[in-house]
Amino acid sequence: MSPSDMASAHDASPVSDQSQEILLRVDSVGKVFGEDVIALENMQLTVNVGDFLSLLGPSGCGKSTVLRMIAGLMEPTSGKINWQGEHGSGSIGVVFQEPTLMPWATVEKNVWMPFRLQGKSLRAMRDQIYNALNLVGLDGFARSYPRELSGGMKMRVAIARALATNPRVILMDEPFAALDEITRFKLNDDLLALKEKFGCTIIFVTHSVVESVFMSDRIAVMTARPGRVLDVISVDQPYPRSGLFRTSAEYAAYCRTTSDALQRSIVTAG
Amino acid sequence: MNISAQATHTNIDDDERKRMFRRRLDAIGTWCLPLLVLVFTLWFWDRLVVWNEIPHYILPGPGRVWSTLVADWWLLLDALKITMQITLLALLVAVVGGVGLAVLFSQSRIFEMSLFPYAVVLQVTPIISIAPLIFIYVDSRLAGLLICAWIVAFFPILSNTTLGLNSTDHNLRDLFRIYGASRWQQLVHLQIPTSLPYFLGGLRIAGGLALIGAVVAEYVAGTGGIGSGLAFTILEAGYRLNIPRMFAALLIIAVAGVLIFLFLSLISHLLLRKWHESAVKKEQ
Repeated sequence: MSPSDMASAHDASPVSDQSQEILLRVDSVGKVFGEDVIALENMQLTVNVGDFLSLLGPSGCGKSTVLRMIAGLMEPTSGKINWQGEHGSGSIGVVFQEPTLMPWATVEKNVWMPFRLQGKSLRAMRDQIYNALNLVGLDGFARSYPRELSGGMKMRVAIARALATNPRVILMDEPFAALDEITRFKLNDDLLALKEKFGCTIIFVTHSVVESVFMSDRIAVMTARPGRVLDVISVDQPYPRSGLFRTSAEYAAYCRTTSDALQRSIVTAG
Repeated sequence: MNISAQATHTNIDDDERKRMFRRRLDAIGTWCLPLLVLVFTLWFWDRLVVWNEIPHYILPGPGRVWSTLVADWWLLLDALKITMQITLLALLVAVVGGVGLAVLFSQSRIFEMSLFPYAVVLQVTPIISIAPLIFIYVDSRLAGLLICAWIVAFFPILSNTTLGLNSTDHNLRDLFRIYGASRWQQLVHLQIPTSLPYFLGGLRIAGGLALIGAVVAEYVAGTGGIGSGLAFTILEAGYRLNIPRMFAALLIIAVAGVLIFLFLSLISHLLLRKWHESAVKKEQ
């Protein structure tokens, strides 16, 4: 399926669609590093198909650990990650805080990487690769090398690579934290537009209250070590969200609620 | 950026003009100063010989070295061919062996832990002290020379390539795992490209070392006759007090070493110029 097919298949926006099909459950997951560093304890979380779910919490609360377990890079010490439906390699796209591109490969070859590992040729995948690059606004940069691009553009390549395989879920680990604010806002807007078009599920790790409120349907606020979900805040605002939302009273209220929850999470841990 | 294009620009301030002047001076100095030193050294050498009336079997003047070089050209060229043959063959074997061992090390910690210390031992033991033993046990003179040159040359390739293969970006490694890459794919598509600049750095060192190894080994082997290289030419000329020929042979070895280095640098530049910081032209 190409990205455009995907978009038409998910015409209804995920917020108005109340069927709430479950994508995965984080089921009483715990993680202990070494012998006594408890990173996560009895963590419960349900991710629905089409969710934009943010994991928000103080540093060291195990947000990234959860993400790594969902990605299959790490096994939980106790509990389980339960996926619903068919799940294989290519079902997950990941965007890290750094763009994580191969410096020796051009932009198109970087986006080709997941396909190449499945033994698919660049020629066969060209349409899909160029479509993904087009979606993130990088037409004309296919033959550039990463070092010729700005930080924001490199991030777009990473997003294109994550999108290209049509994943069921995209995991983002503080993807825009290292960028300047103007670039970050632009990428926030563009990511939301992409999600609208695609209808894919996004799990987004961040430590920014305002970013999580602007982007998410739901925000899971986590406590510091041992990490678990303290509260899940639903942001009942329709997409697309424009810059107007950033200045609205509701936005401020959501930010306050979320900040309070974050505050409590720190106190709980302290 | 082009300097003359900047100069035609009208509003350049004094500070900028000074900087451009300094940059141009730098550009000239990089080439002219070493040349100047060379000319001065040759002149001084020549004068030293003439003023002190040093006989040519003690120290020949540069002119005499040059005329010997021309007169003995074919003899020296034949010897150079032999030395270069051993050098390049040893370098080739060093590349194959060094890279092969490095890949093995990167695939198996057990291998690395068991063998790496011995690679270091081999490297730190002076070749001149191992070479006589090698020539006792190895019958073929060519094989003995090759082994000596190889021992000296392979270590920088091994250690640099091992370092490179282990220097992959951990996020990229995770990404490869998430997309289900096999070990082989990880090696070919991630580790080997990552290690390329490291390997090329090792190769440039190894090129010079292979030449040193070849020359030293030949000194030890010491047998003459047909098919002996530049080191033996030097030895033989020394016995006959043909000092000008010693100088000529030395000159040829030095030039060969520089050429090997330049050639390997060119290869390195061509392979990396598109993406690696070391080779990309700075645009400021």
